[in-house]
Amino acid sequence: MSDGMKVLIIGSGPIVIGQAAEFDYAGTQACRSLREEGITTVLVNSNPATIMTDPDVADVVYLEPLTVSFLEKIIQRERPDGLLPTLGGQTGLNLALELAEHGVLERYGVKLLGTSLDTIRKAEDRELFKRLLLEMGEPVPDSLSVENVDDAARFVERCGLPIIIRPAFTLGGTGGGVVRTQAQLSTMVQAGLDASPIHQVLVEKYLQGWKELEYEVMRDAGDTCITICNMENIDPMGVHTGDSIVVAPSQTLTDKEHQMLRSSALRIIRALGIEGGCNVQFALDPASFNYYVIEVNPRVSRSSALASKATGYPIARVAAKIAIGKRLHEIPNAVTKETTAAFEPALDYCVVKIPRWPFDKFPGGDRSIGTQMKATGEVMAIDRRFEAALQKAVRSLEIGGRSLLWREPGWDLPKMIGQSNDLRLWAIFAALRDGMALEEVHQLSGIDPWFLRAFQRLVQAEEAISAGGSLLEAKQLGFPDAVIGELTGKSAESVRSERERLGIRPVYKMVDTCAAEFEARTPYFYSTYDHENEALPTTGPAAVVLGSGPIRIGQGIEFDYCSVHSAWALSEAGCASIMVNSNPETVSTDFDSSQRLYFEPLDDESVLDILANEEPATRQAELGAQHSVQVVCQFGGQTAINLAEAVERAHYRIAGSQTTAIDLAEDREKFGQLLRELSIPQPPGATATTVQRALDVAASVGYPVLVRPSYVLGGRAMEIIYNDTQLRQYLTLAIAVSPSRPVLVDQYVEGTEVEVDLICDGTEVLIPGIMEHIERAGVHSGDSMAAFPPLHLTADHVARIVDFSTRMALGLGIRGLLNIQYVVRGEEVLVIEANPRSSRTVPFLSKVTEVPMVRLATLVSLGRTLAGLGCGTGLLPPPPFAAIKAPVFSMSKLLGVDAYLGPEMKSTGEVMGIDWTVQGAIAKAFKAAGVDLPERGAVLASIADRDKDAALDTLARLDRMGYRLFATSGTARFLAAHGIAVEAVRRIGEGSPDVVDAITTGQVQAIINTMQGGGPMKDGFEIRRAAVEARIPCLTSLDTAREFVTSLEGPPLRDLGVAPLTEYTRRHLGTGHDREGQAVMGGGGGH
Amino acid sequence: MQPEPRRAVLVLEDGSVFEGTAFGAAADAIGEVVFSTGMTGYQEILSDPSFRGQIVVLTYPLVGNYGINPEDVESRELQLNALIVHELCREPSNWRSNRSLDKHLRAAEIPAVSGVDTRALTKHIRQAGALMGAISCERGPAELLARLKLNPNYSAIDFVKVVSCAEPYVWEESRGKRHRVALVDFGVKYNLLRVLSQAGCEVTVHPCDSSAKDILATQPEGVVLSPGPGNPALLDYAIESTRALIHAKPTLGVCLGHQLIGLALGASTYKLKFGHRGANHPVLEEATGVVRVTSQNHGFALDRAGLAEAGATVSHRNLNDGTVEGLRHRELPLLSIQFHPEASPGPNDSLNIVRQFVELLEAA
Ligand SMILES: Nc1ncnc2c1ncn2[C@@H]1O[C@H](COP(=O)(O)OP(=O)(O)O)[C@@H](O)[C@H]1O
Ligand SMILES: Nc1ncnc2c1ncn2[C@@H]1O[C@H](COP(=O)(O)OP(=O)(O)O)[C@@H](O)[C@H]1O
Ligand SMILES: [Mg+2]
Ligand SMILES: [Mg+2]
Repeated sequence: MSDGMKVLIIGSGPIVIGQAAEFDYAGTQACRSLREEGITTVLVNSNPATIMTDPDVADVVYLEPLTVSFLEKIIQRERPDGLLPTLGGQTGLNLALELAEHGVLERYGVKLLGTSLDTIRKAEDRELFKRLLLEMGEPVPDSLSVENVDDAARFVERCGLPIIIRPAFTLGGTGGGVVRTQAQLSTMVQAGLDASPIHQVLVEKYLQGWKELEYEVMRDAGDTCITICNMENIDPMGVHTGDSIVVAPSQTLTDKEHQMLRSSALRIIRALGIEGGCNVQFALDPASFNYYVIEVNPRVSRSSALASKATGYPIARVAAKIAIGKRLHEIPNAVTKETTAAFEPALDYCVVKIPRWPFDKFPGGDRSIGTQMKATGEVMAIDRRFEAALQKAVRSLEIGGRSLLWREPGWDLPKMIGQSNDLRLWAIFAALRDGMALEEVHQLSGIDPWFLRAFQRLVQAEEAISAGGSLLEAKQLGFPDAVIGELTGKSAESVRSERERLGIRPVYKMVDTCAAEFEARTPYFYSTYDHENEALPTTGPAAVVLGSGPIRIGQGIEFDYCSVHSAWALSEAGCASIMVNSNPETVSTDFDSSQRLYFEPLDDESVLDILANEEPATRQAELGAQHSVQVVCQFGGQTAINLAEAVERAHYRIAGSQTTAIDLAEDREKFGQLLRELSIPQPPGATATTVQRALDVAASVGYPVLVRPSYVLGGRAMEIIYNDTQLRQYLTLAIAVSPSRPVLVDQYVEGTEVEVDLICDGTEVLIPGIMEHIERAGVHSGDSMAAFPPLHLTADHVARIVDFSTRMALGLGIRGLLNIQYVVRGEEVLVIEANPRSSRTVPFLSKVTEVPMVRLATLVSLGRTLAGLGCGTGLLPPPPFAAIKAPVFSMSKLLGVDAYLGPEMKSTGEVMGIDWTVQGAIAKAFKAAGVDLPERGAVLASIADRDKDAALDTLARLDRMGYRLFATSGTARFLAAHGIAVEAVRRIGEGSPDVVDAITTGQVQAIINTMQGGGPMKDGFEIRRAAVEARIPCLTSLDTAREFVTSLEGPPLRDLGVAPLTEYTRRHLGTGHDREGQAVMGGGGGH
Repeated sequence: MQPEPRRAVLVLEDGSVFEGTAFGAAADAIGEVVFSTGMTGYQEILSDPSFRGQIVVLTYPLVGNYGINPEDVESRELQLNALIVHELCREPSNWRSNRSLDKHLRAAEIPAVSGVDTRALTKHIRQAGALMGAISCERGPAELLARLKLNPNYSAIDFVKVVSCAEPYVWEESRGKRHRVALVDFGVKYNLLRVLSQAGCEVTVHPCDSSAKDILATQPEGVVLSPGPGNPALLDYAIESTRALIHAKPTLGVCLGHQLIGLALGASTYKLKFGHRGANHPVLEEATGVVRVTSQNHGFALDRAGLAEAGATVSHRNLNDGTVEGLRHRELPLLSIQFHPEASPGPNDSLNIVRQFVELLEAA
């Protein structure tokens, strides 16, 4: 029936808070699942870092902006039979609704697959949903949908405070919040209304202290309904499920309570008529059978990704098949291979999820956690005991090696426990250690005593361990070697040796969906300290791929893309791939992405345990180095590369670049020395370990300087410094950030930034492409727009870049990938840094050049040569199209965070625009990133003095195009003096209406604001925050502004065409190159 | 203060040994070792008569979290011979809980073991099939193995007589309900009585060895043959009364009751390798194509062969292993199902069976 059908799948676009890698996982599974059924899949997503946009995942891939008009063009061209709306998160769902509302689906005869439009509306519109629930007799908290502040006030008169505000059709609780006082009421309701695309919010009684539970349910067209998993939030109601610490399955519910909620969830999915997956959230009174339904998501969600990984049940895969009419019992169970998808998983372990918040990047941001989601990612851990799973999850967070022992002197514990925040877990442990009564912690936090007692047992165990208690018991409770060492005054290494001596090592158990009732073949394992080990060493050649852990700013989904591709390449080369990762949202943690998956933290302890399990010392001795398992460290971002040292110290083999190469690239002194030997220039600078030395370096290279601690990804704590005072101030801060590591002081070179990713086999180098940044150096490469091919480089620049890159790769001894950033100033080409690993740009570059970079790098790491793989070397010729990568930010979710661009990375995701012309590609990239200006809009300019001349042309062009200009007083005077019509607005403090009012009242639709050098200024900060709240673009780099204005001058977006990615890439490759391309694609060894 | 932990050992008839820490009563136990995969519902399991004669291994590793409450009780006493868990929770948390699992087992004089690698044990049972086992704190493996050899096998013992009621009684909350129903107690769980009552049945419960004549003399509109423990083929007296009852009145057979119907019609039963115990068993209703997730607890099953000759059709099928999960009869007004519509523990997705039974009564 479905054979030969063509189905359109909409992805979820860029990674933002509330919508992360889980939709890459879902979309990838869906595409594969549909292709298995003989369906042609057409995938649209603007996010190039995803696996789903790979040519081998979907049949036709479009990397185009996710808007109605672009989708209409794609539909017009592809003429799909059906559209699958429920796998691309809220973005995909909203777009499907809009396409329907605009009559596009009808016009082209596209059928909505699975869940119907009517159902989506009923589930998503809070008012319709509430009405349905009331009709069904399902309890809902007292609430009212309002479209203005007055109605909300009347509701409060009737029902009292506190109330919670929840906007319709938003993600991650955007615009929501708890109103506790009358004074907050009107501003908070207004903010909610503004956040909702349909200008509607639900005001609702706030359920203080109730338990929050989630049920993942599925239904097929034959009305079979099943529950995949239930999850209990450790944080009670009021903390968004995405920001809650969550356990699966529920721990404190009796069977009666569980079945009550489960039955309700099934009644709801039936009443809605959902065909596919659905998530139902409940609030449960901790002291009665009373419950309320909070919301449903009629689609695959973050929670369903978590549920899939927690149970082994592939929800997205099954949901896709249901959407094309398959019944659950007709879908084979991928885990047991013998049973079907119509069953409910039984867990024989406990799962803990902890969110990963970005406050390490934004220490000044508002750290409170509430109904609005702030986490960028999450980690999951599995164990047979709750305490152990919890501690493993903490280890997975990668927050600077901080264990549960961590506390800071200044913490106000009762306050931190009372109002949730990212540090609450640690605060609770500290309080329990200080002797705070469990009852008091319970009163303050509302957390169920069951969890608190487990915390207390851990605190008691700490004492026992300090007193020389049983090592085995400590390990069974999940204490990491490092913590045991800290408690007993030993090093982690000596705890490890002691363990080895006593034979205390973890065993690995299987996640099999059925609690061992049936034989399963899932190669999906977790560690625990128990008796039987189920993960016997892999036979034959094998390699461990170290993944990249939780999604965070600076280390996003790109590295999952790379990890997965590496695993695929290994398998293809006849080498069993063994994945290690802790992130449940990813494709890499799908049990069929590799030959074996260890769902484990990415730290020394767990990696060495896994290696010891895969290759017991005895076997190592027997087989010798030749056959030993290899470790692939270069694809999992900084997380993986940081593990290389421990791997090597334990005498395991690293595939590809060795630690010497890594060290040479990452140690600034050694790297500088190498560059000097190779006569490759670098911005002048030096390493300093004292304040005085830093001041001396600054004096010798001249201000401005760029300072930072070494060995960090994402530019943490990096700043441009203009004078001695600032430098002194910074150094006290930076040293505190990274005490054992020195500070680097470089001259700040204001030039064009250029980025290169290359593959080196030890003798030859392949450079698929060079990317030029739109923003000048000083804006972090992750926050810059990047153009491929480069826009302004001269032949001489390019020649020099190729020469430097090649010699650097060979000089470092790279085998595999190398990422290099340069700054070009005039004729000069200077090296900023080299990363001996995959980078953020590898997926983008792989896609636009059709060079399977990770695959090649993996094969090269295994010892193949570029020549042997049939690849060309040197720089590939530039294509006849343009591709622009643009960053996407989640600032609206992060109160108190300044939105200006600097050397510190702030973006959470990226999009790309591709077109035959540069202008078209830039316009698409802006559109896809949501940087938009309505025709005849107004723009506010507030420009620092030193930038005013440079800004003039851009602003004058806006004026000429007929946009209205507003400006703060200095900028207004400057523009007026140059004959540009401008309306001055008051600065903050000059009386109202002021500049912030101009933004909040909707007078302006975009802002161009540059900063006075020397740290954020109050005024500018307020302007930028107001822009974020008003959801209008705020461009803080004149380079971005210039290109944005250029794109406005270009042909209107509606004139831009769409084409599948391969249509762009194949045309330029031509026949000759194509053959080579094929050799690259099909030349994998080992079979 | 917790008492000093006592080591305990579990020995299986094939000689394998699993070690752990004792809790509950300080006693030895012998029984058939079976596992249940439900993630909630340990309290209901303890008092489910169908676990008579068995040592129950819970595959979910954290047990006792929500304690024991006075309400989730399924029979007059705790029924299983012993309990084996991975980790015992000594400090439960739930608003209804009034004692811990440990105390509850101690009061009922039932021994239990924690700290066992229950997953390894479960895999062992899955591979070897259900085995007899013995637990003890005092005796060593060799002695326990010797005892096991002397003990009669689970499948040869009639546990129904032990768990059934001694005298007929009316389920209190059902008094005065519309339909008068006779339920033969082979080891009924109270929740079956509760759901029948909620569906409008006044239920009189009869001892397992009541004759059909005595039961019919009370003039019920319909008959329910309850679930219960053990090997149905041993229960000649029950097969005989069942034969008469199904020919006389609309009948609902559940679990053991279902197997007895099959036997009474002339079909046969066999022992499953390790049974079905848990809350996640998918059952396909042949007539509608709907799959329901069911609560199950049985070690024997009806043989598909011979059913057609007996005039029966298979109405429900287990999707995991294809076993017979339900019967209808060509002529007789009977509903016969292997799974537990009364759940407790488990999903309430099959209450339609109880409604269908009431419809049968109304049609008669
Ligand atoms: N009535 C309420 N009282 C207290 N907290 C609530 C209430 N309603 C929602 N919440 C909290 O707000 C969070 C977000 O609400 P939800 O409706 O799930 O929105 P979203 O669409 O953002 O997931 C929930 O996870 C819950 O913790
Ligand atoms: N010497 C320099 N002059 C100008 N800009 C620089 C200089 N060094 C670094 N930068 C800017 O800072 C950003 C981050 O620096 P980089 O060394 O690449 O650190 P990270 O490891 O965070 O990527 C770069 O992308 C570049 O824009
Ligand atoms: Mg929610
Ligand atoms: Mg960089």
